[in-house]
Amino acid sequence: MLRLTCPHCGVTAEETELTPGGEAHLRRAGPDATDAEFESYLFARKNPKGVVFERWRHAHGCGKWFIAARHSVSWQVFGTYPAQTTEPPADLIETIRAAIPTWEGWQ
Amino acid sequence: MTRRITRLDRGGRLIDRARDITFCFDGRRIPAHPGDTLASALLGAGHVLQGRSFKYHRPRGPVAAGAEEPNALVTLGGRARMEPDLRTTTTEAFDGAEARSQNRWPGLGLDLLAINDRLSAFMPAGFYYKTFMAGRSWEKLFEPIIRRSAGLGPAPTEADPDSYEQAYAFADVIIVGGGVAGLAAALEHGRAGARVWVLEQTPHWGGRAVVDAEADGATIDGLAPEAWVKAALAELEALPNVTLRTRMLAAGLHDHAHLIALESVADTTPGADLPRQRLWRMRAGKVIVAAGALERPLSFPGNDRPGVMLASAVRDYIVNWAVSPGKRIVILTNNDDAYRTALVALDAGIAIPAILDLRKTPNGPLVQAVRDRGVRILPGHSIAKVLGSKQVKGIALCRHESRGEAWLERIPCDAVAMSGGWSPTVHLWSHCGGKLAWDTEAAFFAPDPDKPPLGADGKAMAQCVGAAAGALRLDACLASAMSAAPQVETPAEEPIQPVWVTPAEAGPHLRAKMWLDFQNDVKVSDIQLAAREGYQSVEHAKRYTTLGMATDQGKLSNINGLAILSQALDQPIPATGTTTFRPPYTPIGFGAIAGEARGEIFQPLRRTAMDAWHEDQGAHWEPVGQWRRPYCYPGKAEPHSAAIEREVLAVRNSVGMLDASTLGKIIVKGPDAGRFLDMIYTNMMSTLAVGKCRYGLMCSENGFLMDDGVVARLSEDTWLCHTTTGGAEAIHAHMEDWLQCEWWDWKVWTANVTEAYAQVAVAGPNARKVLEALGGVDVSREALPHMSWTAGPLGGFDARIYRISFSGELGFEIAVPTSQGMALWSRLLEAGKAFDIRPYGTEALHVLRAEKGFIMIGDETDGTVIPQDLGLNWALSKKKADFLGKRAHQRSFMASPDRWKLVGLESLDGSVIPECAIAPAPGENANRQRNTQGRITSSYYSPTLKRGIAMGLVHNGPDRMGEEIIFNADGKEVTARIVSPVFYDPKGEKLDV
Ligand SMILES: [Zn+2]
Repeated sequence: MLRLTCPHCGVTAEETELTPGGEAHLRRAGPDATDAEFESYLFARKNPKGVVFERWRHAHGCGKWFIAARHSVSWQVFGTYPAQTTEPPADLIETIRAAIPTWEGWQ
Repeated sequence: MTRRITRLDRGGRLIDRARDITFCFDGRRIPAHPGDTLASALLGAGHVLQGRSFKYHRPRGPVAAGAEEPNALVTLGGRARMEPDLRTTTTEAFDGAEARSQNRWPGLGLDLLAINDRLSAFMPAGFYYKTFMAGRSWEKLFEPIIRRSAGLGPAPTEADPDSYEQAYAFADVIIVGGGVAGLAAALEHGRAGARVWVLEQTPHWGGRAVVDAEADGATIDGLAPEAWVKAALAELEALPNVTLRTRMLAAGLHDHAHLIALESVADTTPGADLPRQRLWRMRAGKVIVAAGALERPLSFPGNDRPGVMLASAVRDYIVNWAVSPGKRIVILTNNDDAYRTALVALDAGIAIPAILDLRKTPNGPLVQAVRDRGVRILPGHSIAKVLGSKQVKGIALCRHESRGEAWLERIPCDAVAMSGGWSPTVHLWSHCGGKLAWDTEAAFFAPDPDKPPLGADGKAMAQCVGAAAGALRLDACLASAMSAAPQVETPAEEPIQPVWVTPAEAGPHLRAKMWLDFQNDVKVSDIQLAAREGYQSVEHAKRYTTLGMATDQGKLSNINGLAILSQALDQPIPATGTTTFRPPYTPIGFGAIAGEARGEIFQPLRRTAMDAWHEDQGAHWEPVGQWRRPYCYPGKAEPHSAAIEREVLAVRNSVGMLDASTLGKIIVKGPDAGRFLDMIYTNMMSTLAVGKCRYGLMCSENGFLMDDGVVARLSEDTWLCHTTTGGAEAIHAHMEDWLQCEWWDWKVWTANVTEAYAQVAVAGPNARKVLEALGGVDVSREALPHMSWTAGPLGGFDARIYRISFSGELGFEIAVPTSQGMALWSRLLEAGKAFDIRPYGTEALHVLRAEKGFIMIGDETDGTVIPQDLGLNWALSKKKADFLGKRAHQRSFMASPDRWKLVGLESLDGSVIPECAIAPAPGENANRQRNTQGRITSSYYSPTLKRGIAMGLVHNGPDRMGEEIIFNADGKEVTARIVSPVFYDPKGEKLDV
């Protein structure tokens, strides 16, 4: 059971306080999307053995959504940040790169 | 069986000889002392035979003295307190305990199911797989026999009367294991001021060191280990930051140093006013695993006979409990440690006829000490056979480097102590990703300190110390646990010689008598067969042979099994690797896992403001989400069907009232609220006029129908969204998800106000008259037309009144603050008396809506249904550029006209079609299942139409009006005609009055 720090209220929460929301930073495909774009948006997930960006809601707390960057094998958490953004913060990207020089990047 | 009183005259450091207690084993009274385990007391009373094996029902005695015991499993307690599969070696004896042997029939001594043993040649590795994969006839023939004869203890059939609790704890350091390594680590971290917990699974501190010192005289800082442990405990107890717990098993180590531990609170005092067990969820900065090591059995012919035991277990029984499995014990070993057993046995007056050492020239100080006492030591010798069946009568001696066919001698004895070396207890380390490294010198897998399980910070969250880290010798053990380690005096030891099979050249016949996994009856020959049949992965071989399964999870068999698999595959042991270590370390009962979450408090029960009144009226309850709602209000001796019919007809003919408080109510407010709702709903909500209501549909992004309900626009920037009862929380979360994660720059606020309002539906031709009788705001046809709302005083209540209908009749829903709900309900009942008003429940609600062809989320929808399937195209806005689900509806399968669609269904004979009915179609599908062309989604008896009515999804249904199709339920066929789903008042004349 993970422990993640909510960037909105500062609480380090047990996983039971949180609800998961799957891969973060998906770009929504709207009515104009092609079949391939829409399929990718709905179903295709990166699911890497490595750094994942996941949406979590502090459901039994402040109610806010945030994004956690963590390692799917070691469970190392590199950081959390509010979900109200289209890309991870630059300093977090640097942190991950420092920890994993071979990291392919978040996109 | 012959009774041999084997309680020794002296010793027994854990038992209180001054006090006597008694428990029952298979109906026999067994004398014991406080401090005994069931195993020690049974051995003390001469009962070596304590169990039967799983597959072959072979007679078994305890092979261990602790948690690794595979054989000696019993059922404890009777009736509701019955608990199966408890190890006698870890179950504390208490006065009045009742234990029963398992997996035998009719009795432990005479087990007729032991016929399986004679048939063992026909039940080799993979027997279950081969049998069950062979085809149906085999299944039919063998399955009942196997089910009867295979198995461990029975499950209790009554509800557990004991209580269990769950607790939480947070610590800087949690130390697992209360031996000298654990206590040394506790001193280290406790003195430094860390919040420390020390968990010891047994009732006693000190672990192995205190027992072993009885043999070798080792000292710590000049003290006997027992005295050192006492001093360490005294110091730790005085530290306010240190918590010491015995009888607390660390069961599993999970992500981010989350440790699950089970504390035994009142296991030995059934019926006491205490929780029986306490399950702890602990979070640690770091977990220090000081869980010791497990001794390995040796694989020799007949090593499963009752009386063949681990050498360390024999030592434990003698030193801790003053019992011995025999009076003449032969020792078979490949290392020096087993000589400690010889020393304590000799001290206790037990004869050691011979020590068979698999090594060629053993000569360490411990060996020398035993030799000096005149014991016959036979280097390079082994056991060709264990003589005796239900108990050991002797051994046949052979050379280790032989086929085991030439017996050199018979040595009479009544027990055999074996030692194949030790394996660090790495379970917790491995549960959460810690890696192991094979130590060739020591012949064990030890934690690889360079590959620990990681915490959230990317640093090691666990550390192994002492024997668990591979530091078996006392000096190394303490040095690994403490920076300023105490001075240790302990004898030197010569290296172990890894031996996985003895005699070394044993043929198939003898290998089939060498047990690896005692509990599951897996032998050396089975692993070798699995390897020959191509099961080269250790995980596959485990599942094929069942090695390491069931309650002991291979604590004794794991390393030996994979060593033999490695030999069979001709590869080094590290290339084979281990199977996955999974929590829990030893089994945990469901009672502790459930904790307080049982019965009434399994989950919260939500009650409306009128709940007590419903209860008073004898309402039959229906759970809906976490709410309970009246299903119907049966009169005395009135069947539910009659009550439902009465309630439906009340609404159709005069007026009824329903507690609708549980409907979800979500306020959506803000400058962008209209724009937001246009995305959330398939309909256009931004154009809804203030004062009006609109029925709305919500789809998920993949197009499927999620929820529905009436939306009212309360003001220029405020909407109230009604959801289904079960959907309120999920829909609120869904809205927040989109607002926070996709359209976070939109100015919208949501609030789930479901519990803030009590709501009453008043429905029926006389509904308006009831409201008018209360007096207040104008509810006339002109002032409050269908699908509009008004607010104002109603009978003195501060009410909001929606003119909406889910029954097809003139209907109002009146919302008041929850605190006034009961008062409103009473006033409506009073005012409705003149019209014979009746409360109606959820089932009448369902019948009323089905008569009108209204859909119900969860009946007509199941997560695969789109609005178009239900004829709800009118609710899909064509004007909107976008809404959740719009793009999905353009996908080829969704847009296809060739789908199962909603229709009404009338059975030709007027009967109610079973709800589970399916309409078969000719032919078979790709899975060779019968094709289908439709299914029932709702089916009721309609009191209004006096016949059965149903809705269903039928292939191209709306194009097949009038067609008759056959439905099938449980083999019964019903012919139905496809009709419009609107059975009642198709023109809607009843509504517009
Ligand atoms: Zn928060």
